[in-house]
Amino acid sequence: MNEDLYPKIYFYRRLVQAKLFMDAHFDEPINLDAIADEAYFSKFHFIRIFKKIYQQTPHQYLTRVRLEKAKMLLQSSVQITEACYACGFESISSFTTLFKKTTGFTPSAYRQQQLDLKADRQLKPLKYIPACFAEKRGWTENSNF
Amino acid sequence: MITRINHVSIFVLNQDSAHDFYVNKLGFKVHTDVTMGPGQRWLTVCPPEQPGLEITLMAIDEGMMFKKDSAELMRGLVSKGTFGFAVFECNDLLATYEELKAKGVEFTKPPTKEFYAFEALFKDDSGNWFSLGEKSKN
Repeated sequence: MNEDLYPKIYFYRRLVQAKLFMDAHFDEPINLDAIADEAYFSKFHFIRIFKKIYQQTPHQYLTRVRLEKAKMLLQSSVQITEACYACGFESISSFTTLFKKTTGFTPSAYRQQQLDLKADRQLKPLKYIPACFAEKRGWTENSNF
Repeated sequence: MITRINHVSIFVLNQDSAHDFYVNKLGFKVHTDVTMGPGQRWLTVCPPEQPGLEITLMAIDEGMMFKKDSAELMRGLVSKGTFGFAVFECNDLLATYEELKAKGVEFTKPPTKEFYAFEALFKDDSGNWFSLGEKSKN
């Protein structure tokens, strides 16, 4: 590594630890002041540098992580209420509004769409595999498994 | 006229382990994961901001695709780090480097300012190596 990068690395390490903390604790009430303190930044400085590096504020990032986790849970047929609270959202109505604003679907419509897609992939996998690869592998029938 | 690429393959030693590496460490999303028979699995993942590019995590198993000696040769070459399959891009190389290192990704070259780019090199769980560069801020 170039020598001029060494001082920067320690700064980045603190910031990344704060981000990883949000990744690991997205399902809990997270206090941004506490995260900034742990990373030895003032709250204002933390928000400013986080936005500079990740193009979003820590709050926007945390919301995005929560929504992505909720999408994953809904893909595995978890109920809407369960997905909402398991991802750190505090009310079904705010979760539903935010989910629809971000994805264009209500959580229940998204869940149904994903379950249909999953079922189709299991039933007709060859629709999703380029024929050249399927033939090379000897996968010529949807029902050969 | 060819307009874009939608599938590429990376040969891996173990699809379960590769799934963990590409999804939980690199943050890629699973596109398709279906079983096509005993020990036969079609597994593709996409970079988070490229849902149209499927990376097939292709098992190197003896069968119709590889004869026994070819499979053994290929597994040996992959595990020795013979193949460099792609150049990945991120918004901030130092931040991504620190994050991936914290998640246990092995780097063979830390972020370095070269005459052609600011880049780092890392290996996947099979031994394949990749360049990681920073998106141009110009």
